[in-house]
Amino acid sequence: MFYREAGDFKTSYVDDSQTFPIRFDRMRYYAVLVVGFGIIPFVINDYWANAVFVPFLIYAIAAIGLNILTGYCGQVSLGTGGFMAVGAYACYKLMTGFPEVPILIHVLLAGGVTAGVGVLFGLPSLRIKGFYLAVATLAAQFFLVWLFNKVPWFYNYSASGQITAPERTMFGIAVTGANTPAWAKYLFCAVILFALAWLARNLTRGAVGRKWMAIRDMDIAAEIIGVNPLTTKLTAFAVSSFFIGVAGALFFAVYLGAAEVGEAFGIQKSFLILFMVIIGGLGSLFGSFAGAAFLVLLPVFLKNVLVEGMGWPTDLAAHVELMIVGALIIVFLILEPHGLAQLWRVAKEKLRLWPFPH
Amino acid sequence: MPDQLIYAMEVSLNGLMAGVMYALVALGFVLIFKASGIFNYAQGVLALFAALTLVGLQNGQVPFAHVINAIFGTDLHHFGWQLPGLVAIALTALVMVGLAILIERLILKHLVNQEPIILFMATIGLAYFLEGLGDVMWGADIKTLDVGLPQGISETIDEVTFNLFGYGFFIDRLDIVATVVAALLVASLTAFSQYTKYGRALRAVADDHQAALSVGISLRFVWVLVWSIAGFVALVAGIMWGSKSGVQFSLSLIALKALPVLMLGGFTSIPGAIVGGLIIGMGEKLFEFFAGPLIGGATENWFAYVLALVFLVIRPQGLFGERIIERV
Repeated sequence: MFYREAGDFKTSYVDDSQTFPIRFDRMRYYAVLVVGFGIIPFVINDYWANAVFVPFLIYAIAAIGLNILTGYCGQVSLGTGGFMAVGAYACYKLMTGFPEVPILIHVLLAGGVTAGVGVLFGLPSLRIKGFYLAVATLAAQFFLVWLFNKVPWFYNYSASGQITAPERTMFGIAVTGANTPAWAKYLFCAVILFALAWLARNLTRGAVGRKWMAIRDMDIAAEIIGVNPLTTKLTAFAVSSFFIGVAGALFFAVYLGAAEVGEAFGIQKSFLILFMVIIGGLGSLFGSFAGAAFLVLLPVFLKNVLVEGMGWPTDLAAHVELMIVGALIIVFLILEPHGLAQLWRVAKEKLRLWPFPH
Repeated sequence: MPDQLIYAMEVSLNGLMAGVMYALVALGFVLIFKASGIFNYAQGVLALFAALTLVGLQNGQVPFAHVINAIFGTDLHHFGWQLPGLVAIALTALVMVGLAILIERLILKHLVNQEPIILFMATIGLAYFLEGLGDVMWGADIKTLDVGLPQGISETIDEVTFNLFGYGFFIDRLDIVATVVAALLVASLTAFSQYTKYGRALRAVADDHQAALSVGISLRFVWVLVWSIAGFVALVAGIMWGSKSGVQFSLSLIALKALPVLMLGGFTSIPGAIVGGLIIGMGEKLFEFFAGPLIGGATENWFAYVLALVFLVIRPQGLFGERIIERV
C-alpha cells in the first residue's frame, strides 16, 4: 500500500538515478538519520554506548570495508584484524606525534596508511585466487601483528607494549581518552560511519563498483571486455583497507582506549568481521549493518540471559556462547546462505504487493 | 666441521620432525578437500576435540560435569576409573565416527551445491561449536595426555651424532614416533584409496560427483567415510600434539599452521601435504635460527605464511596441486 513506485513520478535524470527510488525507502532513510543523529545522542548512557552502539558503528565500518573486497570484488580476505591493527597503530603514532592536529584528520590519515599497506598485500591477488588468496592474506594478519609486537617504535617504547590513546578533542570536546562523554564517542563514530557508508554506496553503484562486480563474477571474462584487473583489484584493496583502517583507528582510539595488538586485532577479529559480512549478506551494504548489529547484540544478549538470568559461572557461559554462535552460523548458512540482506529483499518484495498479492 | 653448520643440521632435523606434525593435520584437510571440495577449517578443532575426549575417557571424567553442577548444584567430576590407553583410543575413534555421521546429517546434507565460501564458513561455525562443546564437556583446564608414547631425548641419536661430529643432537623420541606414525598413516591411506572398493569410491567422488552418483556410489556414505577418516587422522594428530605440549585450546591453532603447508603442497595432494609440511617445518626453524636473533625472534608466527605466499606467486597451484585451467 505504501511501498511502491506508483504515483511517484520522476521528472529529471537526477531523480531517476537517486539511491532510494521508492518514496517509502527514502522516508525510512531520513527517519533512521533523525533517530541516529537527533535522538540517540541525547538519551545515550555509558553502558549502551560501550556495550552496543559504539562497537556496532565501528564494526559496521569494518564490515562495509570487508564487504567491498569480498562481497563486491570477490577477493576473500582473512587479514582484516591485521589491517585494523595498521589503522590503530598509524592513528596512535599520528596522535602522539602531532597532538595539535584534530583527531578526525588522524583517523582519516590512518585509513590512508592502511590503504597503502592493503595495496601492498593485495598485489599477490593478481596471481593467487580463491582459497589460496584467503590463506595468503593470513600472511598479512600474522606478519603485521608480529611487527607491531616486536618493533618498539610502533608503541613508543612503552614498557607494557600497549598503546594508550591520549585525550584528543574535536571542537573543544574530548573524543578520545578517559573523560569522553558517551554521546561524543557515539556521535564521532556515527558521523564517520555515515560519511563512509554514503561513499561506499555511491562507489559501488558507479563505474568503479561495476568493475569490481565484473571481476567478482568472472575475472577472465571481465578482462576480455576491457576491465583492467590490476587497477580494479588494487582499488578494491585500497578502498577496503581504508575503511578497515578507519575502523581500526576508531576501535583503538575511541572504543578501547588502550590496546594490545595480539589481543585486540588477532585472527579472531578477522573471523568475526568475516562472519558479519557473511551473515549480513555478501555484496550488500545493508547486510554489513545487519551483520554487525547481529553479532554485536548476540553476545550481549546471551551474557544477560546466561550469567544474569540463570546464574551460570562466566567461563561456562563463555563456552556455551561459543557453541551457540557456532550453531547459529551453521543454521543461518543452511536456512539463508545469502544472509540477512536476502531476508530484507524478500520482505521488500512482499511489501511491494501487500495487501493485494494477486 | 664448523659448529654453526652442525647446529644448523640439528635445527633442520628438528624442523623436519616439526614438519611431520604439521603434515599430520594437513592430511585431514587434503582428504576432505579431495572428496568433497570442502575447505575444512575445523580440522584443528577436531584434533583438539579428539584429544580432549581421549583424556576425558581415559581419566573417567564425567562429561558435561560443569553444566550439570551449575544447573542442579551437584558436585560431579569423575566416575573414578582409569581406562588403558588403547581402549580409550578405540572409544575415541568411535566417538569421531559418530561425530562424522552427525556432521553429515546435520550440516553437509543441507549444504549440497552451495558455493565453496559458504561451506568454508560452515566449517568455521563448526569449529566454534566444537571448541565450545569440548570445553563444556570436559572443562577448559590444560590436561596432560599420556598413552604410553616414549618421550624425552633419544639417546641413540645423541650417541651416534656425538661419535660422528663430537656433538650430540637433541631429538625428542616422541618426534621420531610421530614420523613413523605419519609414514604408516600415509602408506595405509594410499593403499586404502588404491586397492579397496571404498577407496576407489572415494577417488571416484573426488573426480566427479555426478559421474560417481550415476554409477551408484552413495555420496552421503562416502562423505561420512571421509569425515570419519579425517576424524581418525585428527585423533592421531591430537595424540601426538597432546603428548607433546598438553591438551589445551592452542592445539586448535595448529590448524592455521597447516594452511601454509597445504598451499605449498597443493590442496589436492597427499604427498604434497607431507612434503609441504617438511619444507615449512625446516624453513621456519632455520629462518628462526639464522634471522630470528637479528629481527627480534618469534618469527615462527608468520614465516610459514610469507614463505607460502612468495611461493604461490611463482606457482599458484602449489607444488603438487592440479594445474588450474580457467576458461570463460
